[in-house]
Amino acid sequence: MDTLDQFINYFSQNSGYIWVQFYRHFLMAVYGVLFAAIISIPLGILIAKYGKLSSWVLALGSIIQTIPALGAMAVIMIVMGLGTNTVIVTLMLYSILPITQNTYVGMKDVDKTVVESGFASGMTRFQLLRMVELPLAVSVIMAGLRTALVIGIGIAAIGAFVGAGGLGAIILTGTNATDGTPIILAGAIPTALMAIIADLIMGWIERKLQPVKSSKPRTA
Amino acid sequence: MLQFNHVTKRYDNGKPAVSNLNLKIEKGEFVCFIGPSGCGKTTTMKMVNRLINISEGSILVDGKSIKKQDPVELRRSIGYVIQQIGLMPHMTIKENIVLVGTLLKWSKEKKDKRARELLKLVDLPEEYLEKYPHELSGGQQQRIGVLRALAANPPLILMDEPFGALDPITRDSLQEEFKKLQKELHKTILFVTHDMDEALKLADRVVIMREGEVVQADTPDQILRNPANEFVEEFLGKDRLIQGRPDVTTVGQIMEGFPVTVQTGTTLKSAIYTMRNRHVDSLLVVDPGNVLKGVIDIEAINLNYKKANLVEEIMEKEIFSVTQDSLLRDTVHKILRRGAKYVPVVDEQQRLTGIVTRATLANIVYDTIWGDGMELDEMATAVE
Repeated sequence: MDTLDQFINYFSQNSGYIWVQFYRHFLMAVYGVLFAAIISIPLGILIAKYGKLSSWVLALGSIIQTIPALGAMAVIMIVMGLGTNTVIVTLMLYSILPITQNTYVGMKDVDKTVVESGFASGMTRFQLLRMVELPLAVSVIMAGLRTALVIGIGIAAIGAFVGAGGLGAIILTGTNATDGTPIILAGAIPTALMAIIADLIMGWIERKLQPVKSSKPRTA
Repeated sequence: MLQFNHVTKRYDNGKPAVSNLNLKIEKGEFVCFIGPSGCGKTTTMKMVNRLINISEGSILVDGKSIKKQDPVELRRSIGYVIQQIGLMPHMTIKENIVLVGTLLKWSKEKKDKRARELLKLVDLPEEYLEKYPHELSGGQQQRIGVLRALAANPPLILMDEPFGALDPITRDSLQEEFKKLQKELHKTILFVTHDMDEALKLADRVVIMREGEVVQADTPDQILRNPANEFVEEFLGKDRLIQGRPDVTTVGQIMEGFPVTVQTGTTLKSAIYTMRNRHVDSLLVVDPGNVLKGVIDIEAINLNYKKANLVEEIMEKEIFSVTQDSLLRDTVHKILRRGAKYVPVVDEQQRLTGIVTRATLANIVYDTIWGDGMELDEMATAVE
């Protein structure tokens, strides 16, 4: 009971600080995923078109994924120094695989006959991509972004070790303090909530982008 | 309209998929390409809109070589229908129908109008315009697939087994609908199929291919009548050849040779003798040059035995005969309509060459129904 009282107490007294860290944490995760998307979506499209590259690229992505995040971040820190940039680059590295993989799968899953009939109707390569392949693959790509964002929110928490702030900083403070449980909770619970909410919202967007629609709402 | 000049397609592994194809297709013609899988029929079709590039030779559409045209423009000007239909699942029926219009940057009004016009052609209600492909049945989807090919009013349409994936009843009605549509709109159709019934039913001309070469290219009638070789015969199948027989068989092929005759100048007495000997009740009268003159039967002899002496005095001169090149189909009708027991068969000089009796027709009917009758030649020899 004590812990809960203390947690509520800490939370209400430091709500401004927690909010600032929450926001900072979220932004780091979003930037990481965004930059990764800029690289990974075109990469995914490319390897879907040129099949030979796909195994290499996906293998490389998997290798990156196996490196412990803390270790990778430490190595990147040696190059880039302390601060948020190191965290964003790390997030980016870890987001590349899920986004690339999903883009690749999404593009590959587009019905070949639909692509053929579009192409034979006189679409250019670009029109085919814009009017057929991307609209049909977008929900799968979205699922990749969703996975990347949830992973990213988790990894951003260890960004506190390289002085990037975020909710991880609050947790770190808690671990260093005597009887720091309430402070740890004040950092951990918002992190978990952020991940869950992000997952729900992205899931909703993903469903909205489902390419095959009905002309009228279904009566189930 | 469409011309193939020494067209060859060679893949990397060396063996040509299509070799030295020469063919001329007229405007408004419905041409079916048929053959076993891997014979090059689909490759041939896909070369026309440059989905596959030609290795050697040239294809001319309306006199212009397709190699000299922009492939994207070319494809927009040629309709294309595939077996798997390939409607865009994320677009409404309307958007699907006028897809080429969208690519050609038509105005919204023009697209709306065209979509409505086209939908009328296949008797689907206008509400369908706002539906999505997965809400339609397979047959309806393929109707939309055909409309999409028609949208920009291309003179030439390529179809790759378009009705192959439909159930037999839907396929049948779509074939009929489409044939009618093609006649109305006067489109040139290049149609690939492996279904011989479909090809014979729809095509003005059937092109039978094997291992990249044209084996025979002719009208369905001609192919049934004169299969170029054993491969074509086998491909047509025995059943189809027999069923097709009344349509294409000539009287000469099924007639019985050597009917019982008497020459002019024969006495009635010896005519009766011949009848008795050969167990017949009538005789065909010919002159020494075997030219058919008339017919006498036992009743006429009986009535006139006292008055006349020679067969030509009492023979019936107005007789119905057929030439040996005429189609069996027509002969059957005539025999049945006149209630004649037999029809003599003559050549161009009116010389008697054979006879078709009701028993002969019975054989044909038997073969058509049971299909395992003797071959034509054997039958002719057996009768002799």
